[in-house]
Amino acid sequence: MPTVAPLDLDGHVVAAAFLGDVPFFATASGAVHRLDHGQKVTEAHDGLLACVRDEANDTLVTGGEDGKVMRISADGTATLLAEVPRKWISVVAAGPQGAVGFAEGRTARVRLADGTIREFAESRSVEGIAFAPKGLRIGVARYNGVSLHWVAMAGQPVDLEWKGAHTGVTFSPDGRFVVTSMQENALHGWKLDSKPGADTRHMRMTGYPAKVKSLSWSAKGKWLASSGAPAAIVWPFAAKDGPMGKPPLELGTRADVMVTAVACHPAEDVVAIGYSDGMVLAARFSDSREVLLRRPGKGAVTSMAWSRNGKLLAFASEAGDCGVVDLTG
Amino acid sequence: MTETALPKPIPVTVLTGYLGAGKTTLLNRILTGNHGKKYAVIVNEFGEIGIDNDLIVESDEEIYEMNNGCICCTVRGDLIRVVEGLMRRPGRFDAIVVETTGLADPVPVAQTFFMDDDVRQKTELDAVVALVDAKHLPLRLKDSREAEDQIAFADVVLVNKTDLVTPEELAKVEATVRAINPSARIHRTTRSDIDLTKVLDQGAFNLERALENDPHFLDHDHEDHVCGPDCGHDHHHHDHDHHHHHDHDHDHHHDHDHHHHDASPIHDVTVQSISLRGGEMNPDRFFPWIQKITQTDGPNILRLKGIIAFAGDDERYVVQGVHMIVEGDHQRAWKDGEKRESRLVFIGRDLDREKIERTFKACEAQKA
Repeated sequence: MPTVAPLDLDGHVVAAAFLGDVPFFATASGAVHRLDHGQKVTEAHDGLLACVRDEANDTLVTGGEDGKVMRISADGTATLLAEVPRKWISVVAAGPQGAVGFAEGRTARVRLADGTIREFAESRSVEGIAFAPKGLRIGVARYNGVSLHWVAMAGQPVDLEWKGAHTGVTFSPDGRFVVTSMQENALHGWKLDSKPGADTRHMRMTGYPAKVKSLSWSAKGKWLASSGAPAAIVWPFAAKDGPMGKPPLELGTRADVMVTAVACHPAEDVVAIGYSDGMVLAARFSDSREVLLRRPGKGAVTSMAWSRNGKLLAFASEAGDCGVVDLTG
Repeated sequence: MTETALPKPIPVTVLTGYLGAGKTTLLNRILTGNHGKKYAVIVNEFGEIGIDNDLIVESDEEIYEMNNGCICCTVRGDLIRVVEGLMRRPGRFDAIVVETTGLADPVPVAQTFFMDDDVRQKTELDAVVALVDAKHLPLRLKDSREAEDQIAFADVVLVNKTDLVTPEELAKVEATVRAINPSARIHRTTRSDIDLTKVLDQGAFNLERALENDPHFLDHDHEDHVCGPDCGHDHHHHDHDHHHHHDHDHDHHHDHDHHHHDASPIHDVTVQSISLRGGEMNPDRFFPWIQKITQTDGPNILRLKGIIAFAGDDERYVVQGVHMIVEGDHQRAWKDGEKRESRLVFIGRDLDREKIERTFKACEAQKA
């Protein structure tokens, strides 16, 4: 039976993440808490808007209302990476070799490990950045599609066009697909290895009753789990053409409670599902079996993260009632 | 299971107005006013706001067309993001003010508060306030459609810089504003100096409050409107002007609503308004009618507001719309002695008055 170690914080918690075996919780106020032989805190921002884990060096990268981009190490040390005074940094991404992406307004920027910053101007606001799994390349989500830029080369970007507002972007772990979340309750995907203009290039994933705010690729990249419905919607990406013509799995379906966060297990085909009422389930892809990990709480689950060995799950909530689930009980 | 009461939505005031109309001055008054409230302000650029306040957020106007086949369904993408960020720390402020650029179309701003579920869940559009430069309005109307749209769309219009015009010019400007938008409340100001209770917390989009606060909805001669006892302006260019006396009887002047905006006597005004009055309505006819009219004429309808009496229904029904978005709800019981009639105003362009009047009338319940 899984056990839950609760952690009550003040206000909205933007992200949960593990650095090593230490769970971190980044609050909207800017305080980043960690449970490392007791509760410790780093005051990272005056207002934190975004937080991602940087796998390349096991740190967190955060962006804030104070215009700062920070790196937070496992010991809680915060280092300023970049600053755009008086702008909100609501988009951050972590890439290979210590590269960090961030954006404000219509400019996407990549800061390389040596401190050099490269700028990529877009004609519309940058809503999301993702690094490609291979090569130093970014995808920038914006109105009417995604721009793919090679960071090292000043050249024309490859434009992936699809009408509408794209609010987030992710690459499949094998680099074959780019998927965006959209303003209108849908995902859109592009198959990068098909010819531009080919019918098989576009993947429309629709039918969500709400906006998709959480996406997570399964361990081997064969599935993409998503929030935005009363179940975790899990699209199959193993086939050559991705999910086209195939229905998604619907896991952890509940009557009238929405899924607000998803996190795939680091090794198994299992997804942790967080709901708007604070409940957390784990569900297995092969037989849809569910295990309750946490009963409903005070607020919607905003973010979840597995420890590397897949035995601990940290979850964050809109109301501050966070915690760590120990699956080994 | 824990039941948590939904927090009260945060009111949002939208400030529009041409460059130089006085928006920044009004914003500064809001930020420094002695009202005991804290405001988060979303501006296009910091510009001349000389106030140090960490709740001023700069945001690039980003208009997104929704992918639903409706060209008028537009939202402000940047607002969605900023409001989401602000609402994660809601204890910091009591209300939000959005300042738009001079050339901005107010519609996407307003629609954001109806069309985006996240924004809608946590905030509530309170009112659209338009500032008008009394001196330069005639010129603005000549060279831009935006100036007219801003007035047409507003709930509250501040005719500002009144000290720079003669009483005759002021009267003309007010008549123009009234011709564009008969249902807005108009206030005269100099240097944007206004009692902030007339601008903030208006509840103009709140179906429960909209008409409660404005008992003389569509009777544009009550005290909130401009023609106060001190108004010495010329009353000859509108055929209904004889109603602007303050000893009048409210029951005797309703029928004129149907005439005076047809062919606007005001040059350069392309917006028209259609005020409808009818008896008790048959809901089985009214709802399909309002759906159809907003579907077919939605792109031309800037705002619609109304109060509907349904036959056999003891409660007043309030309806509001922006382009193709229509919302309605029961507001309160009809009071004893209150006349059960239906009133509806459309503000827009290229509307077929005859058709709208005729089809509206056809929704009336048959007298038994």
